[in-house]
Amino acid sequence: MSKRASFASRAAASPYIVWAALFIIAPLIFVVYYSFTNASGDFTLIYIQTLPKYLPTFLRSIWFGIVATIICLLIAFPLAYIISQKSDKAQRTFVLLVMLPMWMSFLIRTYSWIALLQDTGIINSFLNKLGIDSVHMINTGGAVILGMVYNFLPYMILPIYSVMAKLDYSMVEACQDLGGNTFNVIRRCIIPMSLPGVVSGITMVFVPSVSTFYISQKLGGGSFDLIGDVIERQFQQSYNYNLGASLSLVLMVLIVISMAIMNHFSEGEGEMVI
Amino acid sequence: MKKLSALIIALIVALAPLNLSYALTDSEIEALRGTKLYVYNWGEYISDGQDDTVDVNAEFEKKYGIKVVYDTFDNNEVMYSKLKSGGVSYDVVIPSDYMIARMIKEGMLQKIDFDNIPNYKYIPDKYRNLSYDPANEYSIPYTVSYVGLIYNTKMVDEAPVSWKALWDKDYSNQILMFNNPRDAFAIAQSLLGMDYNMESEVAWRTAAALLKEQKSVSPVYVNDEIFLKMESGEDALAPYYVGDYLTMHDNNEDLAFVYPEEGVNYFVDAACILSGAKNKLAAELYLNFLNEPDIALANAEYICYGSPNEAVYTNPEYTYYEDELLYPEEGAFKTQMFTNLSPETLALMSTLWDDVKNYIPSGGALSSVFFGGEDNSPGADAEKMTAETVKYAICIGVFLLLVAAYLLFRFIRKKYRDNI
Repeated sequence: MSKRASFASRAAASPYIVWAALFIIAPLIFVVYYSFTNASGDFTLIYIQTLPKYLPTFLRSIWFGIVATIICLLIAFPLAYIISQKSDKAQRTFVLLVMLPMWMSFLIRTYSWIALLQDTGIINSFLNKLGIDSVHMINTGGAVILGMVYNFLPYMILPIYSVMAKLDYSMVEACQDLGGNTFNVIRRCIIPMSLPGVVSGITMVFVPSVSTFYISQKLGGGSFDLIGDVIERQFQQSYNYNLGASLSLVLMVLIVISMAIMNHFSEGEGEMVI
Repeated sequence: MKKLSALIIALIVALAPLNLSYALTDSEIEALRGTKLYVYNWGEYISDGQDDTVDVNAEFEKKYGIKVVYDTFDNNEVMYSKLKSGGVSYDVVIPSDYMIARMIKEGMLQKIDFDNIPNYKYIPDKYRNLSYDPANEYSIPYTVSYVGLIYNTKMVDEAPVSWKALWDKDYSNQILMFNNPRDAFAIAQSLLGMDYNMESEVAWRTAAALLKEQKSVSPVYVNDEIFLKMESGEDALAPYYVGDYLTMHDNNEDLAFVYPEEGVNYFVDAACILSGAKNKLAAELYLNFLNEPDIALANAEYICYGSPNEAVYTNPEYTYYEDELLYPEEGAFKTQMFTNLSPETLALMSTLWDDVKNYIPSGGALSSVFFGGEDNSPGADAEKMTAETVKYAICIGVFLLLVAAYLLFRFIRKKYRDNI
C-alpha cells in the first residue's frame, strides 16, 4: 500500500522533475560545459583565465546591486509595515497599487525613464519652469541605481508585507504588556518576526540587480558596463558563447555565495535579533 | 478522376517550361496558395500600413494567398547569432553586405533562381555584382545607404565637417555613439585614415585607443534610442544612417546632416534566401514582389533609405527623387564598404570593444556621481581606472565586514544567552 502510494506520489511529481531537469539542470550543465570548452568543443581554460579583466565590471555590478538593495529595503520595510497596519480593504488597495506597474512591460517602463530623466526631459523642464537649473541625471550611475530600485521595489515590498500581514498580533500585545513603546515593539518584535520576508526580499532584489543589463544600457547610456551587459554582448553580438558562459558561471557562484550568507540570517528567525 | 488530375498535373509540368521561361507559372503560383513564408528583417524596415501607407506583407498575402510570418531584428550580429544557434527557421532574410559575405562563406544562404525574379531588371548594374556577392547569385539589393553625422543646429553653431566633432569637449554629455563595434570602429578608422577591413592587430588597437579617448566627452552608446534623444533635442551630435536622419528630420526641423570629410561607410542591405528555406519558390515570389515598382516605391517612402530600384529613384513623384543626401553624386565624398573579417579579427574586435566600453576616463560619469570632488587631472587614466576598482572593492569589503561582524555578534550573544 505504502509502496503504491509512493509510486503515485512519484508519478505525480514526475512532470515537475522533468521540467526542472529540462529547464533548470540542463541549462546549468550547458553553462558549465561552455565555460570550459572553446568554439570547437575542446577543453580549455582560456575563457576562465581572461576573467580577471572583467573584475572592475564585477565589482561595479555587485556594488550597484548592494546599494539598490539597501535603498529598496529602507523604502520597502516601513512601507510594508504601514500597509499591514491598515484595514483589510485599504491593504488590498495598497497591494494592488504596488503591483500595478508590474502589469506593464519592464522594458517600456525603463525606457520611459529616459524621457523623464534626460537633460531636456520632463523633470528638468519642470525644474526650469520653477527657475531651478537643470540637473544632469541621465547616463550616470545614479540613474542606473534609480532604475533598479524602481523596477525591483515591488519584489521587496511584497514578501515583507505578506509576512507582516500574517504576523501573530498577540506577540505585539505581549510586547506592549511588558512595557514596550512603539519603538521597542518594532525593534524587538516586528523586525525579528518579519525577517524571513526581508531575507527573501533581499534575494529577489539583489539577484536581478546584479545581473541586469537593460537598465544600465538605457539609463546608464552604455558608457559603463555592468556584468549583465558584458554577458548579453557575448551572446547577442559577439557570438562568443564560451566567454559568456564563463562570465555567467562566475556570476552564479557569486550569487550562490551571497544567498548562503543571507540564509545565515534567517536561520535564527524568531529569536531577538537586534 | 484521380487519373485525370494526374494527367493534368503532368501536362502542366510538361508545358511549364514552354509557357513562361522566365518566371513562375500561374499554376506553380497557385500551388503555393495556403503555404507560409517566414521572413526575417530589420525593425521598421518595411512599409507596414501605418498612416495610410501600403502594407506590403498584407498585399503579398492578398495577391498570392501565401501567409507571411514576419519577424524583426536590431542588428546583423543578433540576426546571425539567432540563425546560427538553430531553433529558428526562416525563408527570407535581409542582412547587410559584410554579413551576407560571411553567411555565404558559412553556407547559410542558397543561390537564388533569378529566372523567377523578372523584376531584377530594375536593379541597375551599379548595384549588381558588389564585393560581398561578386557573381550576384545569393542576394538582391533592398536598400543602399550611407552613415553620416547628424547634428542639432540649435546646439552646434558651425556645421561640422569632420568626425572629430564627436571628440569635441564642448559637447560633452551631448554626443551619441553607435552601440555596435563595427560601426563605432569605422568612425575611428575613418579618422585615422585606415581601411575598415584591415586585418592588422596593431591597427585595430590604435583605433580602439581612439575610441577610448572619446570617452572623456562621455558619449552615450545608443541603438534606436537615438530617435528619442535627437528628436527631443537632448543631444547635439550623433553618427547614424542617412535614411533614419530623414525620418528624424520630419520630427525635428533643427536637425541637419553632413558627410564628414574623412569618409563614411556605404552599405547595402540585400534580400537573401536561407539554406534551410522550406518554401523557396514562395521566397523567390516574395523577392520579386519587393521589386515591383509600386511596392518598392512604398517601401522607399516608408523606410527613407536609398532604393537600388531604378523604377523608384527615377520616378519624379518619389519624395526623395534626386535627393542630395540619399542619392549623392558618385565621388562626392569618400566611402568604404564593410567586408567580412576573419574570425580572429572578429574576436579581436569584440575584445577591444569590451575594453572600450569598460574604460573609464578621468572624471567620467561614475566618479562624478558617487565619489564627487575627485581631482580630474588628465593623464592618469590608467591609475584612475584602478582607483575606481579599488573604491568599489573597499566599499564591498566594508559592507561584507559589517555583515560578518554582525553575524559574529549574534553568534556570541547566542552563546552568552545560552549560558545564562
